[in-house]
Amino acid sequence: MVTIAPDPASAVEGVPDGATVLISGFGPAGQPYALIDALIDEVGRTGAGDLVVVNNNAGNGETGLAALLATGRVRKIICSFPRQVDSHVFDGLYRARRIELEVSPQGNLAERIRAGGAGIGGFYTPTGAGTELGEGKETRTIDGRQHILEYPIHADVALVRAHRADRGGNLVYRKTGRNFGPIMAAAAKRTIAEVTEVVPVGALDPEAVVTPGIYVDRVVVTR
Amino acid sequence: MTCEHVDRGALNRDELARRVVRDIPDGAYVNLGIGMPTVVADHLDPAKRIVLHTENGMLGMGPRAHGDDIDPDLVNAGKIPVLERPGASYFDHAQSFAMMRGGHLDVAVLGAFQVDARGTLANWHTGERDAIPAVGGAMDLAVGARHVFVMMTLFDREGRPKLVPTCTFPVTGLSCVSRVYTDEAIFDLTSGEVVVVETFGSTVAELRARLEVTLHAPG
Repeated sequence: MVTIAPDPASAVEGVPDGATVLISGFGPAGQPYALIDALIDEVGRTGAGDLVVVNNNAGNGETGLAALLATGRVRKIICSFPRQVDSHVFDGLYRARRIELEVSPQGNLAERIRAGGAGIGGFYTPTGAGTELGEGKETRTIDGRQHILEYPIHADVALVRAHRADRGGNLVYRKTGRNFGPIMAAAAKRTIAEVTEVVPVGALDPEAVVTPGIYVDRVVVTR
Repeated sequence: MTCEHVDRGALNRDELARRVVRDIPDGAYVNLGIGMPTVVADHLDPAKRIVLHTENGMLGMGPRAHGDDIDPDLVNAGKIPVLERPGASYFDHAQSFAMMRGGHLDVAVLGAFQVDARGTLANWHTGERDAIPAVGGAMDLAVGARHVFVMMTLFDREGRPKLVPTCTFPVTGLSCVSRVYTDEAIFDLTSGEVVVVETFGSTVAELRARLEVTLHAPG
């Protein structure tokens, strides 16, 4: 059952040491800044570390995901596109060998997360076959084409930015801010969503719900 | 097919983009890669009803947004603010890449470090030891789009050819590129050979002298 949390701090309470944390967003769009800030405070308070973070990127500027990386509590990041003009926090940690990097082609990353939420044990994909990113992976020729085996990503926690929620945890998103939100919400043991507004049950058009409330554990309203 | 020689000098980025647009069929679903291919969006003819896909989860992407039209929740694959066209739709990342991998996109226009004679593409990593690799959706587009067009300069800043017998940079996808649009010439790779379709700055003989690939020029 979904809980409507009074503030981001109580929404992120209980992220364990060594947790795998899915964080939605494609660059700043759909990035749950309030929940990330709360998580930074939370790991500062509890001392939890060794986190594995999954996002498309590795942070921009000094805020959000970049600020989380700067705490040194993230052991590893799994992403498709770490290097950007303003990814200097990650770049510094990586060059100092203070963070592990797993690069996954973007579609494989998305499908691995989807598979995690959907109970799929793995899948064969042509993406990455014959490249460095396919090295060491089981391969199989299907319909005359080389495929590689990719495994699902399961997570302890997902931090997701959505647009609106109802009190049952149903979520709708806004424009390209949707990106990884729906698949991440499904792939974690505990999904925490930040939204601009929580509306009564029945106020969202059931045909328009993108993430059904079954996937959502905690919701918090942020600016 | 004959090779068209137009002695107008090498094409600039906008001229090349207009030339790429000529080969995109009416009503096509198209993905434009980051960098030079993004310019193609500025030269689309509305009458052709081309629908742009952006891998972060949208069909019906419009042009770049400015001023009050900028919406932080509406960006393209390069994280640049854009507008939406009437009839646009939004979807999550798994759906977006299913469209790509599933063969639903008609054309992807990608930039490249290198393309080789068999259509193998290298565009994600220079392979330098201290370089941070970043692949994004390049590998998915390379294997998934029905037609992969490459848009690039024919030579790098040091004058080395980017159309090569075999890629030396880490590859993005094997035998996936059908056409290569460059400032100097257009090459078709669909027959398994490098066929010069059109030249701009140099003649075929001049290109033969500067490239290590075997060029076929019909007509």
